Amino acid sequence: MNIRKTLSALAMGTLLGLGALHQALAAEPIKIGSFLAVTGPASFLGDPELKTLQMYVDEINGKGGVDGRQIELVHYDTGGSPKKAVNFVKRLIQKDKVDVIVGGSTSGSTLAVMPLVAKARIPFISLAGSVKIVVPPQKWTFKMPHTDAMAAAKIFGDMKKRGITKVALISGSGGFGKSGRAQSLKLAPQYGIEIVADESYGKKDTDMTAQLAKIRDSGAQAILNFGFGTGPAIVTKNVRQLGIDLPLYQSHGVASKKFIELAGDAAEGVRLPAAALLVADQLPDSDPQKPVLLAYKNKFEAKYGPVSTFGGHAYDGLFIALEAIDRANSTDKEKVRDEIEKTKGFIGTGGIYNMSPQDHLGLDLSAFKMLEIRNGDWTIVE
Amino acid sequence: MKRLTGFWAFTLLLVLLPIVFPDNYYVTVVGGTALMNAILAVGLNLLMGYAGQISLGHAAFFGIGAYASAILTTRYGWNPWPAMSAGLALTGVLAFLVARPILRLKGHYLAMATLGLGIIVHIILVQTEGLTGGPDGLSDIPGLAIFGWAVDSDLRWYIVMAVTLLLVLWLALNIIASRSGRALRALHGSEIAAEMMGIDTTATKTGVFVIAALSASLAGSLFAHQQSFISPDSFSFFFSIELVTMVVLGGMASTFGAIFGAVVLTFLPELLVVFEDYEVMIFGAILMLMMIFLPQGLFVSGQQLLRRLLARRATGTAKEGSHGAA
Repeated sequence: MNIRKTLSALAMGTLLGLGALHQALAAEPIKIGSFLAVTGPASFLGDPELKTLQMYVDEINGKGGVDGRQIELVHYDTGGSPKKAVNFVKRLIQKDKVDVIVGGSTSGSTLAVMPLVAKARIPFISLAGSVKIVVPPQKWTFKMPHTDAMAAAKIFGDMKKRGITKVALISGSGGFGKSGRAQSLKLAPQYGIEIVADESYGKKDTDMTAQLAKIRDSGAQAILNFGFGTGPAIVTKNVRQLGIDLPLYQSHGVASKKFIELAGDAAEGVRLPAAALLVADQLPDSDPQKPVLLAYKNKFEAKYGPVSTFGGHAYDGLFIALEAIDRANSTDKEKVRDEIEKTKGFIGTGGIYNMSPQDHLGLDLSAFKMLEIRNGDWTIVE
Repeated sequence: MKRLTGFWAFTLLLVLLPIVFPDNYYVTVVGGTALMNAILAVGLNLLMGYAGQISLGHAAFFGIGAYASAILTTRYGWNPWPAMSAGLALTGVLAFLVARPILRLKGHYLAMATLGLGIIVHIILVQTEGLTGGPDGLSDIPGLAIFGWAVDSDLRWYIVMAVTLLLVLWLALNIIASRSGRALRALHGSEIAAEMMGIDTTATKTGVFVIAALSASLAGSLFAHQQSFISPDSFSFFFSIELVTMVVLGGMASTFGAIFGAVVLTFLPELLVVFEDYEVMIFGAILMLMMIFLPQGLFVSGQQLLRRLLARRATGTAKEGSHGAA
């Protein structure tokens, strides 16, 4: 028994020793840590994110890496659980000793690990939506996706142009809908818009005519729907069924072809803000984002099928991190963090990022395009 | 003191682990989580393993404890200790109130009622945004301090979890060995027979339900202070199922079995990450195989196996002796 133990200890020791030797010989790789919801209810976020990270890490390594150093991607699947995210981030920090973390598909798992990354003093680029992640900005956390506040602002801006002042709000009861509703209520007065109705529906509701009937009688000039999944498609259909002839705005939560499929003809004329990735082909050639978007889109679609904006966030996060490491000429965490904060004019899939100590997102409203659905396809209406 | 031999051996193990492996990720981080799950499993095992009452909503009490601590400390500036006590009091009262109507039900109906309880609490946590922060959760929950000793590292949290688990374990072992413990087992065997023997089955069931809820609430408070951020996702139906799996996997009606189940279920996903895409599949397969070949649970079946092996070795001279069940 004892001999066996000693032997296995020896074997372990030798292995560890060999590992250390190997590392000392080759230039040490840059370690990018990631924790994503690859399985579970939020897998529609984590799956394209992971595929994107793997695809580009392979490509960069094939070209010789960054500063002659290879990139090593360490990733864990959280299944969307913030509890697992916390443990995996500890693992990334303590055990894998990664240089920077790019990940956190859901707002819950991002918010859960923010105290940890602050304590460990490690740069963290989040791929989650909530505005709470960057407002107020925290030293070590950055984020890529647009916030719902920006979507609301973009929509209200468009409404203002059309002279709409009275809006009926209807939102889903999930995290996305709730957050969008709160931001809409907060921002509306700034655009001189009055919210004359504030209705909501459940995740699994199949009919919203009751809420929409109330909205019809509220004297609103337009309807705004913040929601995710099938809800917005049902709202869109119900609006047409009730013969309500008001402009209908949806959020970026429905910015996928799936929505047009689900809502069918009723989707005609619906307006929504969306990232430019969705309409990459339609952008004018003068648009600086166009080549980046097309390159990412073609590469992803050649390998995995239809592109989503979520994978795009992972692309942006990975390259902002790598460019910061390149500029810092090291993986010193403090320096890399400072360089990420100095990111200026980075052309990503989400928009053109200009970070600052006060702004750890770095996007403005131009990152969103206002789209209208015409003939079953997106049309830019700006 | 033979009754508590296992308890002391376990205590020794918990003390030795961090001394032998200080700063080891698996001991302090995963180990700490496993100990927290064990607190929950030991409480739930009293209800499920001993009293034979199923609960598919145990995460609710875990969540109430966590949110009571989080809300009172962040929104009202309470000290964590009175906040934790308030959480325990709230959980106790709530558990007491729902226990009577719910525990009248049996079998599938009880399962459904407890499932409903878990879902209701989850919905309340999501919907009462003003109080709970809704789906975005609550952040900046302060850490714990014990007489100026700040619980601010993984090792210190391991110690806090270990001490709490030992307290709950000690309590559970004593309950089991007492008159109420025998009453619980009688109840499990046959409720009618237990009543014939003069056991107040309603009071006994209510009591054990409240105790299980209180231990969950305690674990929840600790969880909130450890994570410093909580959101409703951590208290969903899936976590309730995970807890039931821990109890069943370790071996029903064995307190150490529940701890063992909690430890295995916490460590398995951590160890399986090397399989990447196949992780979840292998995890499922392992659980299935365990239940097929070790239907009484990992710990109980393992114990029997070990005893049989030892007995065989001893039968070189003596015959296979008689062994009482654990």
